[in-house]
Amino acid sequence: MSTDGKPVVNSVRRARRRRSHGNGALHAFFQNGKAIVGFSIFSVFVLVGVFAWLLAPYDPASTNFPPSLGPSWAHWLGTTNTGQDIFSQFIWGTQTSLIVGVGAAVVSTLIGFIVGVYGGYKGGIADSILNAFSNIFLVMPGLALLILIESYVKNTTPIVNGLIIALTGWAWGARVFRSVAMSLASRDFIVAARLSGAGTLRIMFAEILPNMTSQIAGNLIYSCLGAIMAEAGLAYLGFENIASNSWGTILFWAQNGGAMLNGAWWWFVPPGMAIALVGTSLALMNFGIDQITNPRLRVQKSQVRGVRKTDTVQAGGTRDV
Amino acid sequence: MRYFLNRLGFLLLSIWAALTLNFVLPRLMPGNPAEIMLGKFQGRMPPQALKAFEIQFGFSNKPMIIQYFQYLGSMLTGHWGLSYTYYPTSVQTIISNSLPWTLGLLGIIWLLSVTVGTFTGIFIAWKRGGVLDSIAPIITMFFQAIPQFWLALVLLYVFGFTLNWFPMAHSYGDNVTVGWNFAFISSVIYYATLPAVVIFLGSVSGWIIGMRNNMMMTLGEDYVVFAEAKGVSTRRLIFSYAARNALLPQITSIAIALSTIIGGQILIEQVFSYQGIGFQLTNAVSGEDYPLIQGMFLIIAVTTLLINFVVDMVYGRLDPRIRRRGATS
Repeated sequence: MSTDGKPVVNSVRRARRRRSHGNGALHAFFQNGKAIVGFSIFSVFVLVGVFAWLLAPYDPASTNFPPSLGPSWAHWLGTTNTGQDIFSQFIWGTQTSLIVGVGAAVVSTLIGFIVGVYGGYKGGIADSILNAFSNIFLVMPGLALLILIESYVKNTTPIVNGLIIALTGWAWGARVFRSVAMSLASRDFIVAARLSGAGTLRIMFAEILPNMTSQIAGNLIYSCLGAIMAEAGLAYLGFENIASNSWGTILFWAQNGGAMLNGAWWWFVPPGMAIALVGTSLALMNFGIDQITNPRLRVQKSQVRGVRKTDTVQAGGTRDV
Repeated sequence: MRYFLNRLGFLLLSIWAALTLNFVLPRLMPGNPAEIMLGKFQGRMPPQALKAFEIQFGFSNKPMIIQYFQYLGSMLTGHWGLSYTYYPTSVQTIISNSLPWTLGLLGIIWLLSVTVGTFTGIFIAWKRGGVLDSIAPIITMFFQAIPQFWLALVLLYVFGFTLNWFPMAHSYGDNVTVGWNFAFISSVIYYATLPAVVIFLGSVSGWIIGMRNNMMMTLGEDYVVFAEAKGVSTRRLIFSYAARNALLPQITSIAIALSTIIGGQILIEQVFSYQGIGFQLTNAVSGEDYPLIQGMFLIIAVTTLLINFVVDMVYGRLDPRIRRRGATS
């Protein structure tokens, strides 16, 4: 590494240019058919969540209706055995589930980023400790750990649940970010930034972060799906404040209100369908991101003969619950 | 050998972490809910058991560090306490009654799912560009996005409630005697069918698509291209050249998916009231049976960690590169 200024300046300039690729990537994302479909589905759910107060016909907690009605014009998804409007619950549940999903994704990605990048960039003993720490969290059975925590923190709101999910589910991201940070740590522009006196935090967020946007986006997407699933699972088991309104609590009440024995499929089918749709939309968006940023996929295209598509889905299911 | 020691070290470290988590959590929480339970225990338990309970959940005036070692000692010597709900049954008895159900169901179906998935993946890669190849990723994606417990609810509704083909709950009928007789075994299989189908459907697509992608990767490798140019038969090319190497990442996927699998299993057992570990865990939480909760969490964690260890060992056997490098993770 020469210190006479010029190459350093050049590499800094190169790094800047790399950073400005952001817009091009966004453009490429919307060129991908799957990404567009995924983005559209997800947007519909976001709109439903944002405008829940407009779209929900009734107060979801109100018990003023005849109990156990089937679907009708007045109650699109019927009513519960206590006389609540299921459609209104579903609409408000959309909001809750999305807030939990997105919120937990952001928090867990941030933790994963800090733990992974700090270790990967610094190396040495700090890295060894942080890496062992994330590996332990990685192999712990996620839902069992969540249930254990729930047994002590009673009656949590969905937001608290989202936070707990994030606090236990950051390890995968940390692992991915660490490996990227390790490969970036010795690059010229990082060295240049360090020589010019930038602190560790500044290098992590201003220099490394812009160069792993794709990993961050991918991690946000998978954490979001994982968190929505985990929250639904916890709520279904009854480990969430049962007065709260999420897709999981609808399933909990459906189970306990005898939806199964009364044949009220309209009670428990919609929430699961919605989770599956949100999940599919997230996976579709991830395809788009993968296509843009994973050079291996592009190389593969020319290498593998007779293959039209180069889709890759992570083997073995979604990682979190 | 170094690889083995490395993985063994990590196994012990993570088991220790799980134990410590069990110790720390009740002490971290404000207004320890286990304390309420202690009140219920009073008068129902012999003083000795009560003392063990105090050690386990931290109602003693001894310094934390001594409590910690007492706790570790009793855990390691197999004193996991008595269940409150099933008093005076010990936690270990409940575990040994429910663990075989979970491991039996999960183990068999997962072996089946991995095998079927892997071979289907090879088949799809072989017929690449076909109809199956283009729809498989979409179907997979959808199945991976469906919450497994919800799939369980739907299947239970369709095949249990509406069609009445399968029982709605439990793991065997009331009218059979437990033991190695035909009636019992067929009843167990009959009752396990729906949960098994859910686990299979929820997992198989991931293995199919994983194997297909790995195959695509290896089919593009130079040595495969060379073998093809040399005139190796397609069958031999697929199985002996490509599939063998494509299998390796599948094994890593097992370890990655493990946490998901176990989580799914807990929920599925709850849906079917299937008397496994997961069902006991959720019931223990509802019944505020803290010794049982801790024991269940510990056994789930240790089982997961052990399977992980075995997978690592198998991987090390199959891939000498890993062994020599001495994995850093």
